[in-house]
Amino acid sequence: MTFKDYYAALGLDSSADQDAIKKAYRKLARKYHPDVSKEDDAESRFKEVNEAYHALNDPEMRAAYDDRVRREREAPQGYGEQPGGPQGYEFSGRDFGGRDFGGGQGFGAGEPGDYSDFFESIFGHQDRAGAGQGRRRAASLDHHAKIEIDLEDAYLGATRTVSLSMPVVDAQGRVTMTVRQLEITIPKGVREGQHLRLAGQGSRDPDTQQAGDLYLEIAYRVHPQFRVDGRDVYVDLPLAPWEAALGASVEAATPEGRVELTIPPGSRSGRKLRLKARGLPGKTAGDLYVVLNIVAPPAVTPDQKAAYEALARAYPAYDARSSTEAKR
Amino acid sequence: MSTPSNLRAIDTVIVEEHVHFTLDELCRACRVEHDRVVVLVHEGVLQPAGGDPREWRFDGASLGRARLALRLIRDLELDVNGVALVLDLLEENAHLRAQLRQMGGR
Repeated sequence: MTFKDYYAALGLDSSADQDAIKKAYRKLARKYHPDVSKEDDAESRFKEVNEAYHALNDPEMRAAYDDRVRREREAPQGYGEQPGGPQGYEFSGRDFGGRDFGGGQGFGAGEPGDYSDFFESIFGHQDRAGAGQGRRRAASLDHHAKIEIDLEDAYLGATRTVSLSMPVVDAQGRVTMTVRQLEITIPKGVREGQHLRLAGQGSRDPDTQQAGDLYLEIAYRVHPQFRVDGRDVYVDLPLAPWEAALGASVEAATPEGRVELTIPPGSRSGRKLRLKARGLPGKTAGDLYVVLNIVAPPAVTPDQKAAYEALARAYPAYDARSSTEAKR
Repeated sequence: MSTPSNLRAIDTVIVEEHVHFTLDELCRACRVEHDRVVVLVHEGVLQPAGGDPREWRFDGASLGRARLALRLIRDLELDVNGVALVLDLLEENAHLRAQLRQMGGR
């Protein structure tokens, strides 16, 4: 279990007052919240900041954490083995957890708000639905998880097995992860950010036997070749200068396989060829854009060098800078 | 991928395209009490068809929108007015980015 420096996570020192803690959290939460942030590591950074805030925002929890820090400093080799028997912290539960929205709890890792082992070793397992807040947790059997699929599966539709982990709290309050596997259909044309509903795959009410639904939010695995923008898909197509200048017939990759493309003479780098309705399928299918990228071959052999020299002679007045200047 | 099981794969539907929610259903799907969704409607974050809450029908996109709004309220400690503005700005931002990409940026 790794020790967490919650003050450092918020950029504060341990003398910070409650107001400073709140301010620091809000600032960092705006910066790293995965729903608004463009930072690469937003999700993991937000988790750290969120956990630190929930440990320090409540004065009782903060006092317990400070005490743990003291013990860590005095006996860094293992506070659990100190004389005097097992240690523990007790809380009034006045503002325990401080959360009143349980979305994302349940199946699936990856929602911000899952706390570390270190956090739970001090504060126990936190019911994020807001126990002790005077707000009864909404009775719901529905679950949520996020899954990543391949773009090709969204193009063609597929049957795939997904593994979902769910934390389960036993009668003693211990948390274990259970994993279940589901074979599901991936509907053709499903887009990033959309949700799939699996009827009856949520949890089951022990009394009524009624079952909730499971919702899976879709994300695409990053593809080495294709970029997706809503329904439209983009792919780069490298061209030799003569293919672009004179026109050519070349093969291009699409998520559905290779297609033959006619490159018009005089094509420039960055030009987009649109293949209508070859994007993601659906009621209104997206388009596929092939982005031309002219690549200059290296001049290595004497023949190749001579060819470049001949090219230079054929363009006595050509100034490569003038066109790029204009583009900037 | 071939799976040895001969169980039929579980059918899925795309919520955004084929599902409509009553107030009850949306609240259960978001795992919140009614009042949390009702205020989102009053602030215009969600726009169901139908006049009376008992007749409200939310389109499938309301699920993602409601969950996003509730996450932002919780994590950024926003009030409902604030989150309505944030959602509008996020939408505008996404729209502008898409336009930028179409104009040749990546």
